[in-house]
Amino acid sequence: MSAPLLTVEHLSVSFGGVKAVDDVSFQVGSGEIFAIIGPNGAGKTSIFNLVTRVFEAGGGRVTMRGKDITRVPRNDIVRFGIARTFQNIELFEGASVLDNLLLGRHRFPTGNLLQQIFYTPRVRHAEDAARDRAEDIIALLDLAPHRNSPVAGLPYGVRKVVEIGRALAAEPELLLLDEPASGLNPEETRDLAFWIEDIKKDMGITVVMVEHDMSLVAETADRVMVMNMGRVLTTGTPQQVQSHPEVVAAYLGA
Amino acid sequence: MRFPYDTAYADSRRLLRFTGQKLSYGALLLLLCAAPFVLPRFYVGELTYLFIFCLASLGLMVLTGYTGLVSLGHAAFVGIGAYTHAWLLGHGVPLFISLALAATASGIMGVVIGVPAIRISGLYLAIVTLAFSVLVEHAMGRWVSVTGGFSGLSVPAPEVFGVSLGGPKAFYFLCLACLILVLLGLINLTRTRPGRALVGVRDSEAAARSLGIHVAGYKVLAFKLSAAICGLAGGLMAHQTRFLTPEAFSMMLSMQLLLAVVIGGLGSLRGAILGAIVISLLPTAISHLKPLLSARLAGQSGLEVFMFGLVLTAFVLFEPKGINGRWLKVKAFFEYFPLYRRDTFRRTKAYMRSERYK
Amino acid sequence: MENVTQIAQLTINGMSIGAIYGLVALGLVLTYKSTEVLNFAHGDVLMFSAFLGWGLIEGLGASFWLALPAAAIVAAAATWLLEQRVVRIIAGQPQFAGVMLTIGLAFMIRGMVSMGFGPESRNFTTPWAGQISHVGGIVIADLNLIIIAVTLVITAGLYGFLTRSAVGVAIQAASQNQLAAYLSGIRVKRLNSLVWGISGAIAAVSGMLLAPITMVDIGLWAVLLKGLAALVLGGFGSVRGAIVGGLLIGLIEQFSGVFLPDGFKDVMAYLVLIGVLIVWPRGLFSEAHGRRV
Repeated sequence: MSAPLLTVEHLSVSFGGVKAVDDVSFQVGSGEIFAIIGPNGAGKTSIFNLVTRVFEAGGGRVTMRGKDITRVPRNDIVRFGIARTFQNIELFEGASVLDNLLLGRHRFPTGNLLQQIFYTPRVRHAEDAARDRAEDIIALLDLAPHRNSPVAGLPYGVRKVVEIGRALAAEPELLLLDEPASGLNPEETRDLAFWIEDIKKDMGITVVMVEHDMSLVAETADRVMVMNMGRVLTTGTPQQVQSHPEVVAAYLGA
Repeated sequence: MRFPYDTAYADSRRLLRFTGQKLSYGALLLLLCAAPFVLPRFYVGELTYLFIFCLASLGLMVLTGYTGLVSLGHAAFVGIGAYTHAWLLGHGVPLFISLALAATASGIMGVVIGVPAIRISGLYLAIVTLAFSVLVEHAMGRWVSVTGGFSGLSVPAPEVFGVSLGGPKAFYFLCLACLILVLLGLINLTRTRPGRALVGVRDSEAAARSLGIHVAGYKVLAFKLSAAICGLAGGLMAHQTRFLTPEAFSMMLSMQLLLAVVIGGLGSLRGAILGAIVISLLPTAISHLKPLLSARLAGQSGLEVFMFGLVLTAFVLFEPKGINGRWLKVKAFFEYFPLYRRDTFRRTKAYMRSERYK
Repeated sequence: MENVTQIAQLTINGMSIGAIYGLVALGLVLTYKSTEVLNFAHGDVLMFSAFLGWGLIEGLGASFWLALPAAAIVAAAATWLLEQRVVRIIAGQPQFAGVMLTIGLAFMIRGMVSMGFGPESRNFTTPWAGQISHVGGIVIADLNLIIIAVTLVITAGLYGFLTRSAVGVAIQAASQNQLAAYLSGIRVKRLNSLVWGISGAIAAVSGMLLAPITMVDIGLWAVLLKGLAALVLGGFGSVRGAIVGGLLIGLIEQFSGVFLPDGFKDVMAYLVLIGVLIVWPRGLFSEAHGRRV
């Protein structure tokens, strides 16, 4: 593996005496699909929250492309090339699908406030460019029929996809997907697997996903990390992990 | 049925996309320009007040409708703008500079409230703004050297380079111009990046932060902008009423503004205008109603207060998306005719939403 | 010493008006904890009850101690119905809807009282009018003693009800986790109406106790704002905090009237409110919450 994209070293956080994440270390290489699995409460989403600075780390370090991002302000994370989705969908309910995607592009400035109030040609071109990028994502994720629909009324599966699209709109290097397949039917999960492959191959984005759906993990992931009770059990390929005795005991069952 | 057929990205963003829109808004503009030459002076004055109220309503809409920050005391910013403007005029500052400075002063006060408001959520913010407006009203009454206290402050007539704009027609056009300029500015704001960011802050702070939106900064911006627009409205109102007293900027005005944005439809500029029209017409409508009631009932301002409450309650219960919501439904009916389905807009009932644990 | 007497006097006055603020805050806390609605009409229910009490005492010649429970019962019934028929409709909607709805109801009540009773301030006679007692060398108006005593009774009674009785415990359960309460067989909707009814009764008592101090007047509704300050100071969602916050606000007001320049007394409550929310938003006794993403 060449220089790792994301490095997590001895990361930990506690909530009132409960060690949600306990001395967790792992590395994610550029261009790979890395899955984190484990029973509920193992600390998987907490890892995401620590990396994206929703939680304040109690100890340890997170490095992205060699830069230490353990303490950067929360809204700066996206500028380091990290985008995420949320376990309980956090879409902008009052906006349309297109607006959600355009909001995903917020980190690309379009002009200062005065120019925006006067809607100068520069702003207009920036808006067109943003729309263009958003349309690429709409095309990739088959969202065209819903483009102008308010997000609030859409089916659950579509909303999950919109959230992935919004994260992609930020043009990240690292995409964190929190249980992307939860609540999706088998057909939607199959589509999701194809999209994750596309994201890796065509867009060159590294994906880290927290997932319970083992078939999706086995199909798409390059490497898997198993967590239990805040600690790492083991890391390896899906095949290695699936036959690991401790993993079977703690999570997969015989 | 209407089919939007866009051939360029810019088409969907265009303000006047369909011929029907161009015709109707054009006709509206013509009517508004012709009105002061046709209508009696009283109605010209009423329309001028309506424009000023629309302006203030737009200001509150930016804060409450687009950014989701509830302010129960926005009259404070209108009042600050009014008194600042009157004071500056009294010291010889030219009209437009004074208006600009009044708006700026109000905007600064907006930042004063906005910065602490970053950490305070919804309900608390509503209470803080309420307390703030009580404090401001109190200060306006007591700072006699500047505001003239409760005996009031008279406002010089507006004039530019010696030409008086105080006459009903001239002032009407001044207010209309201000309204249109601010409206256009806000339309541009809401269809570009900062407008979207404000909506993002409203709908999900967590997601907004993960996308690089500086939530605190945008909250302060919303307060600044909203207060400045209301300050401008206040400056114009100073000329409209010609005499300022603190009572003019009491909780009643705050509530009227809030009613206007809620009834109009949160989150839309059209809603702000429509709501402002309804609320400023309501007292006139009520005074027409009074002869029909018994002398005792019609007697005091109780009827007006009651009607405000009734209208607000009715909208909250039956049409939470406001007049704008109703407008959109009617528009959809005509656009999709004959394929319109009534249940398109049926609200699903939620039982278990808890905001306490946010 | 004169200073000690003055301080003791201020303390008593502060505690008695503070007790009323505490009661107002208590009424607000109850409805907020059970239905997550901050009842902006609370002050107007208070005001309506005071007018009702006036009507009973001066119009029908009833005694104060008869009018008080009568007004409380009417107010309780009215707020019960309000919750059952009106407020319930917006259950599940964001908090803003509740704020707007109760503001609308507040206006309606205010308008109706204004139309029905007219705008003049009025007074009703109380059995202890002008009477004073001497306690430990300090002169106390009997009114203050009554207010403090009634507040103690209500607070103790409510505490006992909420912690000892089955219904009270059910109310607490429903306010902590509504879904679980439903599934446990608790009649949550009916309890919500009951809590609103209790809150209305408390509003009525507060109004009847406040009116002898400040006259029966439409402006009585504004004590809601002081109640909000008490609520914020004590910590939103805390029953203890409501009473303690109210007492503190009352004391702060009285002492600032004497020791601070003119004009501060009227706005001290709001300054405290804003100050607390900026510096220590959780208040004195709050419960910690967080949202999981």
